[in-house]
Amino acid sequence: MNGPHDLGGHMGFGPVAPQANEPLFHAHWEERALGVTLCSGALGLWTIDESRHARESLHPADYYSSSYYEIWIKALEALLARHGCVSPAELIAGQAKSAGSGDRPILKPQNVAAVLAKGAPCDRPDQGPARYGVGQRVRIRNVHPAGHTRIPGYAKGHVGVIEEIAGTFVFPDDNAHGKGENPQWLYRVVLEGRALWGDEADPLLTVSIDAWEGYLEPA
Amino acid sequence: MTHRDDHDHDNHLDPMDARVRALETTLCEKGLIDPAAIDVIVDTYQNRIGPQNGARVVAKAWHDPAFADWLKRDATAAIASLGFTGRQGEHMKAVFNRPQTHNLVVCTLCSCYPWSVLGLPPVWYKSPPYRSRAVIDPRGVLSEFGVSLNEDVRIRVWDSTAELRYLVVPMRPAGTEDYSEEALAALVTRDSMIGTGLVDIGT
Repeated sequence: MNGPHDLGGHMGFGPVAPQANEPLFHAHWEERALGVTLCSGALGLWTIDESRHARESLHPADYYSSSYYEIWIKALEALLARHGCVSPAELIAGQAKSAGSGDRPILKPQNVAAVLAKGAPCDRPDQGPARYGVGQRVRIRNVHPAGHTRIPGYAKGHVGVIEEIAGTFVFPDDNAHGKGENPQWLYRVVLEGRALWGDEADPLLTVSIDAWEGYLEPA
Repeated sequence: MTHRDDHDHDNHLDPMDARVRALETTLCEKGLIDPAAIDVIVDTYQNRIGPQNGARVVAKAWHDPAFADWLKRDATAAIASLGFTGRQGEHMKAVFNRPQTHNLVVCTLCSCYPWSVLGLPPVWYKSPPYRSRAVIDPRGVLSEFGVSLNEDVRIRVWDSTAELRYLVVPMRPAGTEDYSEEALAALVTRDSMIGTGLVDIGT
């Protein structure tokens, strides 16, 4: 979706302003927000792609006025409600109105290290030959799906060169919406800064994106 | 003063504190989360998984050409050999700075970041100013970090749009030929492994 999250090349957000000796968390609630988000994800009810889509689906005004952990929590509430874990009434009341079903194993403290160390690899066996080869020129398709996609808007319609075939990976555009993993070849495509941003752009700038095969067409 | 503004922006203390507390309480009451697991997760990223991991990877690559070669060919396996694996580091790629090429990592679409080697991302990495400008004005962004590259240095920006996570291997500073791997690791900053910093002796 052409949502508020798709920020590459946008203007007006001001300087980056890195904070010297920034603390890992800026408030206690951020620690709990991280943990609640990871523990809820460990229930296995949604994929990382669905959670990303929940975040980018916030109203743009809400997205831009929220810190990142706020975005996480607002999206998490939506995911929990969508999957029947909490009701809107419970979210408002801040307490359970009914017992959980108890039919899912939950993340226990003694399992955290192993779960984090394992992660969730999303490479998959190759489904067939790759359509494109290293060095080939390809165009990033000019498509505007209403659902989740990982094509950055600034790259759409532009031509780049395939630098590496990265392997076969779960296709987020489908996986975010419960349509299956449908893995596809993933390519690293390098685009010249001037192709993206015009003749005034830095001639020594190149930008790469990682693009699934369905995002590309021959150039 | 922008620092203060940003700081305030990320500290809506009261409403968010209450909101997260209510959510955690509700999920606990329903048996869906164990608050002790949250404590372990927080402790892990405060004390075990952070940029000190990535610094070890970089220092070893500087110190050991065979490891550097392995890191270049198969970063996931090379990094795993040091014990750094898992969440948001499942698929790693190391990108090496050169005298004529500087690498910069961003996620314009969200906040993808190599947690297994750098830990949790700083606020600026996740915020619109960096995500919007890194791909169109990287030299301007670098100047805000106090980094000024020579005009003839190429800049390669890696937008983390899929599940590959990028670790920048900064250039080893001159004058460190006699340094131990441990002493080298102490020089490597988080920002140098994102590309928004350089490694100097004495930084």
